[in-house]
Amino acid sequence: MTTNGNSKNDVILSIKDLKMYFPITQGIIFQRHIGDIKAVDGISFEVKRGETLGLVGESGCGKSTTGRAILQLYRPTGGSVTFEDTELTTLKGEEMRKMRRHMQMIFQDPYASLNPRMTVGNIVGEPLEVHNILSGKARRERVKELLDVVGLNPYFINRYPHEFSGGQRQRIGIARALAVQPHFIVCDEPISALDVSIQAQVINLLEKLQEEFNLTYLFIAHDLAVVRHISNRIAVMYLGKIVELADRDTLYRNPLHPYTQALLSAIPIPDPVAEAERSKKRVILQGDVPSPANPPKGCNFCTRCPSAQRVLKEQGINPCEIDPEFREIEPDHWVACHLYN
Amino acid sequence: MPTLLEVKGLTTQFFTQDGIVHAVNGISYTLDEGETLGIVGESGSGKSVGVMSLIRLIPSPPGKIVNGEVIFEGQDLLKISDEEIRSIRGNKIAMIFQDPMTSLNPVLTISRQIGEALELHLGMDKNQAKERSIELLELVGIPSARDRINNYPHQFSGGMRQRVMIAMGLSCNPQLLIADEPTTALDVTIQAQIIDLVKRLRDEIGMAIIWITHDLGVVAGLADRVLVMYAGCIVEESPVRDLYENPRHPYTLGLLGSLPRLDAERPTKLLSIEGLPPDLIDYPKGCPFYARCNYRIDICAHEMAPLKTVGVGHKAACHVDISVAQPTTEHPYEIV
Repeated sequence: MTTNGNSKNDVILSIKDLKMYFPITQGIIFQRHIGDIKAVDGISFEVKRGETLGLVGESGCGKSTTGRAILQLYRPTGGSVTFEDTELTTLKGEEMRKMRRHMQMIFQDPYASLNPRMTVGNIVGEPLEVHNILSGKARRERVKELLDVVGLNPYFINRYPHEFSGGQRQRIGIARALAVQPHFIVCDEPISALDVSIQAQVINLLEKLQEEFNLTYLFIAHDLAVVRHISNRIAVMYLGKIVELADRDTLYRNPLHPYTQALLSAIPIPDPVAEAERSKKRVILQGDVPSPANPPKGCNFCTRCPSAQRVLKEQGINPCEIDPEFREIEPDHWVACHLYN
Repeated sequence: MPTLLEVKGLTTQFFTQDGIVHAVNGISYTLDEGETLGIVGESGSGKSVGVMSLIRLIPSPPGKIVNGEVIFEGQDLLKISDEEIRSIRGNKIAMIFQDPMTSLNPVLTISRQIGEALELHLGMDKNQAKERSIELLELVGIPSARDRINNYPHQFSGGMRQRVMIAMGLSCNPQLLIADEPTTALDVTIQAQIIDLVKRLRDEIGMAIIWITHDLGVVAGLADRVLVMYAGCIVEESPVRDLYENPRHPYTLGLLGSLPRLDAERPTKLLSIEGLPPDLIDYPKGCPFYARCNYRIDICAHEMAPLKTVGVGHKAACHVDISVAQPTTEHPYEIV
């Protein structure tokens, strides 16, 4: 991923202690607030202009919710989101709408994210309409240009979504996201619903577009191999918290957090010889992910961590009582784990 | 090892308003006792319909197994009576499916669901069945099995439900377990647990397994042999190591090249296969992969190559020897 020389350290997005809680209520006539689903529970990170930050984790870890909370599709319960020097959490109405021009989203489900009653031309042109950009013939030309950029025949402009395959629909979604020339795009699992051979097509397209339009991506996915391919830096999430954040190569060569290690060890490699080797050293986690409505006290990972006992013995800290701090252990490598405190 | 299953010329079609869907087009293969066969393919390849046809789970109408033989224990499963095939399903040949939530009955307890096969096929009474079910739950690693035996499916997590499905599948000690993408819907750490479990059980029980997946990584760690399917045909068949080291069909090559690998140095661009799979109703003449193939030659447009032996136990349906040939075209797919 190339970045402009002078914007190497230019931070486009800064998240501080972001929280997204969904209230759990009980009662028929009077709703009592009895608890919260802590989908995102205090995360902080920065994204530099032109880079791709990968956000990985398994279901329920809060990665998609993070993406939506950043774009203010959900209003965060707490924390701050600073985008291009503007605090988003306090923006309302017209102000917020203007900011949306610069930040867009590509969704996971290519079948649910396109309005089946709108033509492709109208879908891709809608953001232009909302933001009053171009009109009439000029707008139509722009839409055709966008279709071409994503590898679709501009002739398709009057067709409906159902006439396309999953991979093509995802391209339409990408064209729509590019329409207003945003600086930042949240890609929320953009290839998970696609076949393997089509995934590679879409990944290559996203990379090409990033290069061409100097885009910044937050790439949310559960497939670590894909994330490694496309990202510069990667954050690993577990049960609403970031457990590790490092640049791509460091994370894969030297994962520090036990959850990251287990995750990497669990990914099958398409090579029978390598797989036979790895199966001897594979880390298999016991049990299931706890519920975000009732996360463990202390470290979220303590119920499944293969090193939990070691922490208790060696350091005298009970990981099920005390939350680890998210610290920079070595330059640009952050971990939230008692083993490194 | 002796042959357990022999499939010959299996052809399954679906008769719809829009036309006939050619889902499976004359596939043939064998499976030995205790062997693990991986079937790899993407959506529309015919991998699921192919195995459901083995035990006649194709809804009819609109589907129909129009041709072929499936020889198991000296009988052609496609020709025996409904009663006879029912006594084999869940008993000697068991199947587990992709989404455990929709494959389990939400209004019956796990005890009833596992017990059903035991009572029907092994003639156990309710109490015996319950005890055996608890044993099976323990075998698949469900903690506090005795307490949980009367739970409903919604009280289990996805990984647990899949374990319950495995318990159901193994309840009558099948000779063959068919697994149709059982871990696709699960998180990667849970997938690792389930695969680990299946491997252990396979070593203990010695059953043969047909494992369907689109994930070439899973197949690498699990299968002895692999079938690669495309548009209802088998395009390559190979012992597992050979497939990855020496793929002989352009589709397999493309598939392997399009996977980002954790352990390799990062390439600048993923090899992607241009275009889309063909329409199964308007089935193309000649090789179904022609439109997307970098190695195509003239004959490929009119005639699909039969599966030819290209190595020990290794067959590929291709006119070209891609291990030595150069690609004939860089951009095969024309956007129409």
